[in-house]
Amino acid sequence: MDTLTTRPSVAEGEPATPQPLTSRRIRSDRAFFGIVSSSGVLVLALMVAVGVFLSYQAFDALQARGLAFFTTSEWQPDRNQFGVAAVLVGTLLIALVAVAIALPLSILTALFIVEVAPTWLRSTLVALVDLMAAVPSVVYGLWGLFLLQGQVVGVSRWINSWFGWIPFFKVNGADPTSPLSSASVYSASAFIAGVVVAMMVMPIQCVVMREVFSQVPPGEREGAFALGSTRWGMIRVVTLPFGRGGMIGGTMLGLGRALGETIAVLLIISPEFVIKFRVLEVGANSVSSLIALRYSEASGFELSGLMAAGLTLFAVTLVVNFTASWFIARSRSGASSEA
Amino acid sequence: MTSTIDSMGQREEHAEQGAAAPAAAPRTVLPARPTATTAAPQRRSIGKISRRDVLDLAGALLSAVCTTALLFGRLTSLHGKFGSVVVGLAVFLVIYTALVALHDERPAVIDRSMTVAMAISGLVALVALTSVIFFVLYRGWDALTKANFYFNDLSSTGPSEPLTSGGVGHAIVGTLIMTAIALAITVPLGLACAVYLNESSGRVSKLVRTVVTAMTALPSILAGLFIFATWILVLGFERSGLAASIAMSIMMLPIIIRSADVVLRLVPGNLREASAALGAPQWRTVWHVVLPTARSGLTTSVILGVARGIGETAPVLLTAGYTASLNVNPTANPMVSLPLAAYVLVKSGNDNLIARGFGAAAVLMILVLILFTLARILGGRPAGRLSKRQTKRAAARSKGDIARIDASRSSLPEVTS
Repeated sequence: MDTLTTRPSVAEGEPATPQPLTSRRIRSDRAFFGIVSSSGVLVLALMVAVGVFLSYQAFDALQARGLAFFTTSEWQPDRNQFGVAAVLVGTLLIALVAVAIALPLSILTALFIVEVAPTWLRSTLVALVDLMAAVPSVVYGLWGLFLLQGQVVGVSRWINSWFGWIPFFKVNGADPTSPLSSASVYSASAFIAGVVVAMMVMPIQCVVMREVFSQVPPGEREGAFALGSTRWGMIRVVTLPFGRGGMIGGTMLGLGRALGETIAVLLIISPEFVIKFRVLEVGANSVSSLIALRYSEASGFELSGLMAAGLTLFAVTLVVNFTASWFIARSRSGASSEA
Repeated sequence: MTSTIDSMGQREEHAEQGAAAPAAAPRTVLPARPTATTAAPQRRSIGKISRRDVLDLAGALLSAVCTTALLFGRLTSLHGKFGSVVVGLAVFLVIYTALVALHDERPAVIDRSMTVAMAISGLVALVALTSVIFFVLYRGWDALTKANFYFNDLSSTGPSEPLTSGGVGHAIVGTLIMTAIALAITVPLGLACAVYLNESSGRVSKLVRTVVTAMTALPSILAGLFIFATWILVLGFERSGLAASIAMSIMMLPIIIRSADVVLRLVPGNLREASAALGAPQWRTVWHVVLPTARSGLTTSVILGVARGIGETAPVLLTAGYTASLNVNPTANPMVSLPLAAYVLVKSGNDNLIARGFGAAAVLMILVLILFTLARILGGRPAGRLSKRQTKRAAARSKGDIARIDASRSSLPEVTS
């Protein structure tokens, strides 16, 4: 019978030299890697090209205006008077209103789905929230313009008449004492756009939070219950601290989406180039609706300005998104998730 | 309560004794039991809905409805359905909390009212979604029920003509063509890129992953602006369906790559290793093991990317132009898609055109619903889990393999040892 293993013969007295270990890919594998990595590099090139081209085109306008680009609120490129101050403030306001409304709703809904809802309802609600995230923005825009606007105007009027003394809720030209005054000063405002965007942002935040809340270690939940905690007590000491990273990350993701929203905002607002913080008042603006409004009749120079505005928006959403993924990855719950 | 105090007092006593005479101190001390229990502990039924719970809810609901009805139209100048719902829910929450506080302690009150608040917000989400869907269907219903709406275009239809003439057939065709081109670009490129991210672990792939993550933050209008400035202004092509599909692809690529990357990473490593141990080259491992295992997840990621791309208006607005007539050539002349048609028609301000715009939005929404349902059906299983039919097919295949092996073995000459 043969021995199965054989020792390589090494000459007596000579020290054994280590064998070089190299692996060489066979030809088919090399071709495969060529195809796959070239597509990776192509995607990289494409994405970098978008960024570089936008920056290159935006350079003219930024150079012409300098820092004034960020402090000017008008948009009159013919007179070399243009900047993003007003549209940027408008974008942030709309996004803030959206997140302020969507945040409590999404946290509570995610908690309801994970902790409270009976099993038969849970899967339905999960599908529903996912579906809300997939509904096209133009549909939300139509809904907001034709259905929600008429309803929210009443709420705007109410907020204004009770909290009008806060500068944020002031409305110029409104007369809260007269019930017959026109509602038009309350329409097409940043608040209404924010409410509509909130409906689009809520499911995005809710999906991330639900994912995180459902990963809470069962031992910790049961420990809290075993110590006599109520359900809300358990949520407060176990679920919410565990999911904090996911909650912040999800909120930021929603914020990024709200900042970039174009068509729903464009349908609702009446554009205006003034820096104003009065969210309830008619007239608002955002960077993306500025681009959508002006691109068609833009000259080369104005186009450069639009690119610069878009680039500013991109920079903001980029920071928001990276902060979000940093928070998610860093949190205890997010270590294994890929959100 | 008394027993805790007792036992604590005793423990302190013993600690003092222990310090004085360490040898004699007993190790364990039984706390003195309360001598007489005032009443036998009552058994509580857990997990059941008691009569009081139902009465609390019903009472709060009734009183909230009445209060809101009084507030709206009688006591104050508030009006509007939306406002009354908001106020009604707030009143309900407050009254319910007050009712529970009558007979329960603080932690229970907080627990109950937070549970109700969570249920309310779930309800709000439900109502919002159903109202979006039904409102758009309701407003577009007149247009949706006419057959000509799906097959005709608007080229020979005046703005005041009734809904029985003209339709959004051109937008449906445009959406399908644009989506098909975008798919042809994004699926091979996106999946190959996701495979690249998973199969190689160099500095380049890390860079690609970071850049792709960054690009998911790209506002969709910037994808449109990029194509508008390069393809149309610099390269001098006209606005066309092709330009719009390229803009859509730029927007969809990061989304598809990212979700495909996540799905591929979930493929169990032992499958890969088993394949490598059997001597398969890497491309065979990817082609025959990794991709089939992750098939349902990959399908989902592509479908969700499409659902996102199909509904985007902003990039199409900038790159495709608007036309009222049918155009099946994506390389020349403007081509319109459903979301753009909905946007333009609604902006026109004419009643018939607005109805058509809602019809277009409803068709778009139904398309997205179908895609979404498909994604749920296909992607419901984790990687590697087969459906019934797939299991049957795999079993049949392996039976065939056994038969083949048996046949080849019997044809071999007998091995003599």
